[in-house]
Amino acid sequence: MSTIANSFRTQPDDSGHYGQFGGRYVAETLMPLILDLEKHYRAAKDDPAFQAEFDDLMEHYVGRPSPLYFAERLTEALGGGQIWFKREELNHTGAHKINNCIGQILLAIRMGKTRIIAETGAGQHGVATATVCARFGLPCTIFMGATDVARQQPNVFRMKLLGAEVVPVESGAATLKDAMNEALRHWVAHVDDTFYIIGTAAGPHPYPELVRDFQSVIGKEARAQLLSRTGQLPDLLLAAVGGGSNAIGLFHPFLDDPDVKMIGIEAAGHGIESGQHAASLTGGSPGVLHGNKTYLLQDEDGQITEAHSISAGLDYPGIGPEHSWLHESGRVEYLPVTDDEALDAFQTCCRLEGIIPALESAHALAALPKVVKDYREDQIILVNVSGRGDKDIFTVADALGVKI
Amino acid sequence: MNRIAATFARPHPALVCFLTAGDGDTAANLDALVAGGADIIELGMPFTDPMADGPAIQKANLRSLGAGTSTADVLAIARAFRQRHPDTPLVLMGYANPMIRRGPEWFARAANEAGVDGVICVDIPPEEDAALGPALRDVGISPIRLATPTTDDARLPAVLDGSSGFLYYVAVAGVTGMQQAAIESIEANVTRIKQSADIPVAVGFGVRTPEQAAEIAQVADGVVVGSALVELVEKYGTEAPEHIRTLTASLADAVHGAQ
Repeated sequence: MSTIANSFRTQPDDSGHYGQFGGRYVAETLMPLILDLEKHYRAAKDDPAFQAEFDDLMEHYVGRPSPLYFAERLTEALGGGQIWFKREELNHTGAHKINNCIGQILLAIRMGKTRIIAETGAGQHGVATATVCARFGLPCTIFMGATDVARQQPNVFRMKLLGAEVVPVESGAATLKDAMNEALRHWVAHVDDTFYIIGTAAGPHPYPELVRDFQSVIGKEARAQLLSRTGQLPDLLLAAVGGGSNAIGLFHPFLDDPDVKMIGIEAAGHGIESGQHAASLTGGSPGVLHGNKTYLLQDEDGQITEAHSISAGLDYPGIGPEHSWLHESGRVEYLPVTDDEALDAFQTCCRLEGIIPALESAHALAALPKVVKDYREDQIILVNVSGRGDKDIFTVADALGVKI
Repeated sequence: MNRIAATFARPHPALVCFLTAGDGDTAANLDALVAGGADIIELGMPFTDPMADGPAIQKANLRSLGAGTSTADVLAIARAFRQRHPDTPLVLMGYANPMIRRGPEWFARAANEAGVDGVICVDIPPEEDAALGPALRDVGISPIRLATPTTDDARLPAVLDGSSGFLYYVAVAGVTGMQQAAIESIEANVTRIKQSADIPVAVGFGVRTPEQAAEIAQVADGVVVGSALVELVEKYGTEAPEHIRTLTASLADAVHGAQ
């Protein structure tokens, strides 16, 4: 795996494609903008001052490096390989989302943009975006499905406290997909001054690439931390995949280590066979949506179908294009986990480790019982605990039939 | 000479009218467009996620899908239109995913068999032409591209390369059916495009009234009206054809008399 030709880390190609996936499927109005964004991103990437500012904010504002933690009691309880957590839930704002928002707002400022828009599902990316907008003094408009606004009031209030305008989107099923449509519509009408901070490693090129690069801080840190603490690389990486930014951020720095196995966990909702799930790779097929070609939930006519997951952050009918490519190339395996399995893992993690994980991260944890027996106790399984679960306590209580 | 070229060879500008397939009695509504004097028909293929459309056409998409419209239904509407109107150019307009779902070759062949003359795909820019363009050109369907206020001189050749039929100039940076652009900006951009290529230019987005249409028709080869017609379908339902015919006739008078 040492030669370039065999590398899994050289995607995308010059036109933004990951094999057949990715690309720039946008209206002509936006094409010049994303070409301009790509140009500025290339320049920023090569600018030590940009990297230095990013690193400084990561350390002093976000609180990085996030800890690498040996989950001793979970390891004992499951009886297999050693289970380690990458503690992204300890970041400022409580999830990995902030890594990407810091990177993108620095780009926006570099490009001279004066206002920020973003889409959000559960509100985590919206809160992270509102946070960096407050930090840098830029006005911020967050598009959020009206259904999500109603069920995620604490995050709506957080965004407003941080100074953001929250626009409820009534179209479609009024969830994340529709919020993204509306953000794109708004962007088309405000091309001169507005920067769109996309929340996951999807959308038109160069978004999947730059989100991955900003989130790769997760994998780079984990790699250095594990080598320093144990002298070895992990044997298995586990991460939940909705759009897939926390997973690609963890996986990418390890892609060319052939002995590191990786599994992305998709949300199987009520089960793949029920049709009510958000598992684009397991239960979908390739198509074009929101600027990129990737695996989607769709019917035979190419109409997009509604996703379902108990985790709002995984409740999206698509997936980042690099995951589609890694899936087809076989480098990464993708495994579905149901709502019920995630709920069990959520509670287990609370009780055994004293960590309330996000429901998204609970999906990754829920894969452990399925795979842990394949590993010896000297082998390392690293789970990305991508976010904290405080935001999810109402959903979990409801699912468990508890009134709070 | 194909139907689109024959239309633009006439001595007056063309009125291009859009309706969403499967929204209301589409056959009757399309007939009303032709009876009112529309020169080119744009038939919208409904999609769950119409990202470039404003509220009027978004709702038309959802009404159509809610009524169960399939790709086969859209093609059947096109085929029946072609049988009733052998000479009126028919253009399918929509988004990439429904068009490429069964493969671009399948779609191009099916559209060609239905008598479609051109295809406008909103989210396939020149950079992704391979996803659909070659298949359309192989069967003789015109890929009609969009140029916008953000399409600068450096980019324009790429947009024009591989376009045929006409170029659709999107007058405003925005979604369909919202504000109208200043006529000075439209004129400057149409002039700029026509200096680069010998292709008819039709102008759309935000054109609602005969007065606006007449103004634009003085500087362009065609004027596209969509949302204002789609709103009549929403408002009048089965009574829509006579209202569509009336509006189309006033638009056609304005456009045809402009030059």
